[in-house]
Amino acid sequence: MPDTLRGAAVIVGIGELKPERSRPGRDVMSLLTEAAYRAIQDAGLTKEDIDGFVMDAGMEGASGFNTTMAEHMGIYPTFATGCDAQGAAGVTMALQAAAYVNAGLAEYVLCGMAAAIDTGGRRRPAAPTRTETSGSEFVVPFGPTVGANGNYAMIARRHEELYGTTVEKRAKIAVDLRYNANHNPMAIFHDTPITIADVVNSRIVADPLHLLECVMPCAGACAFVVTRADLAHGMRHKPAYILGGALGISRNNLQYVGEITVSPVGRAARKAFAMAGYGPNDVQVMEIYDSFTITVICELEDSGFCNKGEGGDWIQAHDLTFTGDKPLNTHGGQLSYGQASTAGGCAQVTEAVRQIRRDGGEHQVPGPTDLIYVTGSGGSFSQQGALLLGSDATL
Amino acid sequence: MAATQQPATQVYTKPLPTPSSVSQPFWDAAKEHRLIFQRCRLCGTRVFYPRDICPGPQCFGVGSLDWVESTGKGRLYSYTVSYQPAHQAFAGDVPYVLAIIEMDEGWRMTSNLINFGSQDALRIGLRVEVVWDDVTPEFSLPKFQPFRQ
Repeated sequence: MPDTLRGAAVIVGIGELKPERSRPGRDVMSLLTEAAYRAIQDAGLTKEDIDGFVMDAGMEGASGFNTTMAEHMGIYPTFATGCDAQGAAGVTMALQAAAYVNAGLAEYVLCGMAAAIDTGGRRRPAAPTRTETSGSEFVVPFGPTVGANGNYAMIARRHEELYGTTVEKRAKIAVDLRYNANHNPMAIFHDTPITIADVVNSRIVADPLHLLECVMPCAGACAFVVTRADLAHGMRHKPAYILGGALGISRNNLQYVGEITVSPVGRAARKAFAMAGYGPNDVQVMEIYDSFTITVICELEDSGFCNKGEGGDWIQAHDLTFTGDKPLNTHGGQLSYGQASTAGGCAQVTEAVRQIRRDGGEHQVPGPTDLIYVTGSGGSFSQQGALLLGSDATL
Repeated sequence: MAATQQPATQVYTKPLPTPSSVSQPFWDAAKEHRLIFQRCRLCGTRVFYPRDICPGPQCFGVGSLDWVESTGKGRLYSYTVSYQPAHQAFAGDVPYVLAIIEMDEGWRMTSNLINFGSQDALRIGLRVEVVWDDVTPEFSLPKFQPFRQ
C-alpha cells in the first residue's frame, strides 16, 4: 500500500444531467439516479459491481440519504457513507472514495449529488427566517441577502478596497467562462455570449457584485465512479488518476474571525500539491470553484498561482478560455455551465476527467491536459478542497 | 439615541432573534442599550456570537466566558449595499447596508450601517458607533452609524 493516496485511485466513470432552470416533476433522488446510471454505464460497469457509495444529500436531502439512494436505485453496497461538504462535495467525495478503495473497504465507489430546488415551480430560494441558531440569530434580523450573495459581496468589497480588484477586472472571469460555455452544448448559457460591458452594466445584486458575477440557481445532477488503480487497467476510458488532494475547513460563519478575503483552499492546496509532487506551475488546466467572480480570484491567490492581492491582475494577463494559455473552467464554470445548488462543484471534477480523456469535443483544450487542478468550496469560504487529477503520464 | 425608533402603532414584521439561554443576556443588555460580548477568563479570547465554551486556540474552557460591556465603537470591516434581500420584509428598505463591524475590543458582528448620508461616504475602516433600534418592546437591535467625535 502506498503511503499516500497518490495514484492509488482512478475516476473511471462520469455522468451528468444538463443544468436546467427547472426540472418539473423530478426530485433529488430521481435526478441523482439518472446521473449515477450514466456514470456506471460510462465506466462499463453493472449496478452489481458498485459496492461503495459516497453521496451528499445536499440542501434538500434527509438523514439516511445513502440507504435511501440504495433503495431508490436498486444498488446495495457493502460500504456507504455520506458527505457533508456543500460546494466542496465533488472534491471531498473523490478523496473519500479514493481512501475507501485504497483501504479495501470497497472496489467501485459511486459518488454523486443532485439539486432539484424548485419541484414546486418557484425558483426563488426560500428566505431564511429561522433566527434560533448561533449564526442566524445575529444575522437574520439585519436583513441578509439571498444565498451567499452578501457574504461574497463583503469579500469582494474588501478585496476591491485592499487590492483594487474592481468589477472591470473581475468581469473578465465571467466573460472567458461564458466563451467556454458557448462551446459546450451541456452548458445552460451555451447560446448567449457576453462582453465585459454586459457584466459591468448588469444590475447590482449585492454591491459590489453584479448579476453576471453571480451563479444562477438551477437543477441538475452529477455522479462519478472511483476504483483502485489496478482495477482501472483495461477499463473503457483513459484513466484519470487522483494524484493528490486535501481539504481546508474554516469557520461556518464568515464574519467573526479571520481575514475574509483569505480562503481555506490555501491549506488544502499546499497539502494536495505536496502529495502529488507537483506545483502550481505544472498545472495545465484549472477547474476552480466559481460561485462568484471573486471566489475564483481568492482561490487562485491562495492556491499559489499568484500572490495575495494579484488575482485581479493575473486574470487580466491570461486568457482563461479553453483555447487560452491558462484554461480555466473549461465547461463554462458554474457561472455559465450552471450551478445545481451545492452539487454544482461536482461538475468541475467530471469536467477535469473529460479533459484528461480528451473527450471535451468542441470545448476540448487543444494543449496538454495531463495535470488538472480542481477546487471545491462550501459555505462562505467555510470548507474547501483541492484535488489534482492526472493522466498516466503524470504518475 | 434610537435614531430609527418604530412608532408604537406600527407592527414590526421583520424577523426577530430567538434567544437561547446562552444568548439571552445579550438581548437583555440590548434592551438597556448596552452592547456586551464575551471574554474568556482563562485565556482572554474575545468571543462573539455568544457561547458557553471557549473557542480560543489553546483553551479548553467550559463555562469560562464572562460578559463584558463594549465601548460600542469600532470600524467598518466590510460591507455590502443590498438590493436583493432574502426576506420580503426588508424589500422596502433597499438599498440598505449590511456590514461586518470590527469592535475596538477585537471582536466582530454583523449589523446594518445607518445614518451615513451618501454611499460615497462608505469605506472600509470608517469609524462607527453603536446606535440602538428599539424595534419592539422586547428587542433592541444594535446598529451602527459613523462616529463623529
